[in-house]
Amino acid sequence: MAVVFDRPHALVDIPMHYCPGCTHGITHRLVAEALDDLGIEGKTVGVSSVGCSYNNYFYFNCDMIQAAHGRAPAVATGVKRSLPDNIVFTYQGDGDLAAIGTAEIVHAAARGENITVIFINNTIYGMTSGQMAPTTLLNQVTTTTPYGRSAKNHGNPIRVCEMLATLEGPAYIERVSLHDIKHIKKAKEAVRKAFKVQMAGKGFSLVEILSTCPTNWGMDPLESLDRVKNEMLEYYPLGVFAGEDLEV
Amino acid sequence: MGERLLMKGNEVIAEAAIRAGCRHYFGYPITPQTEIAHYMAKKMPKVGGVFLQAESEVSAINMVYGAASAGKRVMTSSSSPGISLKQEGISYASGAQLPAVVVNIMRGGPGLGGIQPSQSDYFQATKGGGHGDYRLIVLAPSSVQELYELTVDAFNLADQYRMVAMILGDGVLGQMMEVVNFRDEEPIVDADKSWAACGHGMKREHNTITSIHLDPAVLEQWNQALQKKYKTICEKEQRYELYKTDDADIIIVAYGSVARIAKNVVHVAREEGLKVGLLRPITLWPFPTKAFEQVMDKTRAFLTVEMSSGQMLEDVMLTVSGRKPVYFTGRMGGMIPRVDDIMAKIKEISAG
Repeated sequence: MAVVFDRPHALVDIPMHYCPGCTHGITHRLVAEALDDLGIEGKTVGVSSVGCSYNNYFYFNCDMIQAAHGRAPAVATGVKRSLPDNIVFTYQGDGDLAAIGTAEIVHAAARGENITVIFINNTIYGMTSGQMAPTTLLNQVTTTTPYGRSAKNHGNPIRVCEMLATLEGPAYIERVSLHDIKHIKKAKEAVRKAFKVQMAGKGFSLVEILSTCPTNWGMDPLESLDRVKNEMLEYYPLGVFAGEDLEV
Repeated sequence: MGERLLMKGNEVIAEAAIRAGCRHYFGYPITPQTEIAHYMAKKMPKVGGVFLQAESEVSAINMVYGAASAGKRVMTSSSSPGISLKQEGISYASGAQLPAVVVNIMRGGPGLGGIQPSQSDYFQATKGGGHGDYRLIVLAPSSVQELYELTVDAFNLADQYRMVAMILGDGVLGQMMEVVNFRDEEPIVDADKSWAACGHGMKREHNTITSIHLDPAVLEQWNQALQKKYKTICEKEQRYELYKTDDADIIIVAYGSVARIAKNVVHVAREEGLKVGLLRPITLWPFPTKAFEQVMDKTRAFLTVEMSSGQMLEDVMLTVSGRKPVYFTGRMGGMIPRVDDIMAKIKEISAG
């Protein structure tokens, strides 16, 4: 019998701890498929961050390093400068990357550090139970914006791709979404391209992945996917922000 | 016979690191240690190494965390306020059992304090500094020659015990020039680094570097393993110098640049007929309790001298445990104790 669908080798065969309907599982699979397809699992070092995916070193089969909150790009810099022929990626959420780790991501991007960043934007802090993130949309209710995020009190959400694309360093920046199969396929291509950019030594690559958090949004999984499509895409347009013409 | 050169303390630290096989240095400018970064910026590209000026001390120590995770000999350096910023990363590296060398060329605090020499980061260096139950191996050189030798040793100790080793100097040592005799070859310990995250090449299980253990029972076991390691270090790695202590009625306890002043005091006191000796801790952690046991029965009193309000004083008092009187004199953040001031204290103790 022909096998048409299997677990990627780069994913460990154990149950994940993520909530039902959370899209972390899909993104893990996309990263693992890229490592498999490109044949780079053995030379890849991943850097986990702080957030719901803090322990994804249990799930990825490549060597993994767990970093302090927001510091993954600095840790990845240390690894890549030590092992320039290896492949290094970080896996960071929006609180980690766009709040506490703003300096680290901006300067890694500015240096054109030859690493790949997988950036999960679900407009909320998941692990600490639903606080406002730098990406939380205006009027969105969270546990720390119980009356909704207001531009006056909390400022406007940060568009990370657009911000980083103002720098000269990044080789490739794209925002993708996981709200339906068609977009998951596009996300898969983007993740794959990001790793290929690094393999070609072109420099900093980042894929922002619009994701869900059904538990902290107070929605079921399908409603959550609808929210990505109906609310997030408007503020966070999909597309390539750097390296559109880059062939790898 | 190796090279004999006149060099500045900070530059010697950098040169020693390179000789010890360090090829990765991540730093951020701060007075009075910046010459380390200058030297690394010039030298590292010539020896195939990496010098990177980070965007902050926080990033620099996390780059160290990455390079150490990859199994490389790596160093960062800073001065007091910058070392405070590095404490998060030092705690994580300690939790993850990563070998690395951190240099603190102390200046006066608290806050921005000043840029003149001080010893007021003793507590921070020897009691943990960041959060959690951990220790650093803390080496306190008192000459440029010792900056060289102890920096090489710091890399070996860090690798051997998989932990952070700190060179705790001060602005005097960093800025002064002295002759240093280099060895032709360094005694480099070749430690096992099979734990490193450097790509498994599909030949082994994947390695993980982490400091998080959410299961409290597992975390306790992890901590107990760390404590066991620290106990071994306390037994095996204490270092100190005893100078004219055999017949000393009063023993000065001082480290780093202050120990040099204290040595002058020993000479001046003896010329005046006062039997004074010096106990100089070289490892501040582990604290050299064995040195105290050697002299405890013979001496009458201890006098701790520091460029702080009396931080090492607490370890001296714990070690002496009331068996002999312990006195203190010192100057605060940026002011250097004078021979006359210390002599006055010795005369006061002698008269008492």
